[in-house]
Amino acid sequence: MSDVVVARSLDEAREALAHQPDATVLAGGTDLMVEINRGLRRPRHVVGVAQVPELRRWHIADNRVVVGAGVTYTEMMTTALADAAPALAQAARTVGSPPIRNAGTLGGNLGTASPAGDTLPVLAALNAEIVVTGPDGERRMGLDDFVVGVKQTSLRPGELIVAAELDRPTGRQEFLKIGPRNAMVISMAGLALVADHDARTVRCALGAVAAGIPRAREAEAWVAEQIDWASGAGVDDGVADEFGQRVAAASSPIDDHRSTAAYRRHAVAVLATRALKRAFSSGEAGDA
Amino acid sequence: MPDPYSLRVNGVDCEVADSDLAESLLFVLRERLGLTGTKNACTEGECSSCAVLIDGVLTCSCLVLAATAAGQEITTVEGLGDGRDELSVVQEAFVHEGAVQCGFCTPGLIVAVHDLLEANPEPSDGDVREALSGNLCRCTGYGRILAAVHSAAATKRSQP
Repeated sequence: MSDVVVARSLDEAREALAHQPDATVLAGGTDLMVEINRGLRRPRHVVGVAQVPELRRWHIADNRVVVGAGVTYTEMMTTALADAAPALAQAARTVGSPPIRNAGTLGGNLGTASPAGDTLPVLAALNAEIVVTGPDGERRMGLDDFVVGVKQTSLRPGELIVAAELDRPTGRQEFLKIGPRNAMVISMAGLALVADHDARTVRCALGAVAAGIPRAREAEAWVAEQIDWASGAGVDDGVADEFGQRVAAASSPIDDHRSTAAYRRHAVAVLATRALKRAFSSGEAGDA
Repeated sequence: MPDPYSLRVNGVDCEVADSDLAESLLFVLRERLGLTGTKNACTEGECSSCAVLIDGVLTCSCLVLAATAAGQEITTVEGLGDGRDELSVVQEAFVHEGAVQCGFCTPGLIVAVHDLLEANPEPSDGDVREALSGNLCRCTGYGRILAAVHSAAATKRSQP
């Protein structure tokens, strides 16, 4: 490693990346430092962005929630952002442990682009637009155009993730995941479900069960027709179960060291059924 | 060799010279500055035996690129006692409750418990389990650790 720049402002980060477009951006370090410690990666140039104040903020604009790339998991859970984007808070709550959540950021989850990145299904279900800045100015894209493969993004040299802009629908949001314990767990399967009562739609996205972060669009369209939007009645068990099966059909899981394809497909169906029942129950929001 | 940089650790400015910029804060604390209280185990954020406070925020020092911590206030387990040879209330409680077996996880736990009690003076069992969910003890001593946290919390609350 020949140089480390600690950017103290967005302009400093942009300048450093313009000067060294092949520099590796370091945010909370929870992914990159693991690889550096193991000797798997040896970046020549590093630009640290954890102390860029512009990236650490979030706000609401035009009924969209704009979350800076440097917002940490702890901040997603413990600030008013948790009310503005409840599923993001639920997902953040399932990441690692307190010190990991103090360090890890939304932008880092995006940059790593793992299928098991827990905020990614939430971003997909909330129609996120990813905002990046770089030598060619600002670009915006949906998650599908940002995450282009397993740990692959469409970021160009010199570009930096600035923020994600999320919908703020009127309706319940759920994030659920499966793993071997209740902390320090990388998802074997994850799911975000968002109900939008104004648009009368349900949106559902999946983590850790495909190369990307698929939306279960067929299941979404089907279930929107089954829901009695006017009465606010809950969904019956038959609808919830069939929704689960239809969502599972949108997954394309593999066998790996963390789980099997068959278990993941089963888990996705269970999570989808559970999330739908929670989102359309008459009671108050339950914990994920 | 890159230019030396300075880290502020436990209130003291420490120059880090002849280092490789790829070194983690954990490595620099132990191998460059001789502060071996912070333990090196998994080096991937799974065990929290390397936990420190950076600007008051609980952090795994193995996941911090040391050079990026210049200018921040770093507090290690050595900096938590009330004086040079005094144990903190949390450390005393760990001793009294027998919450130390092999001792390898203990410094990280002590730092994490300080952080917990700073924010939450009267934690429930669930709060403690959540706060320490990233601290792995392979001697399976969690029962006594839980007792030590409650004991430390009670002692702190009884102090003026």
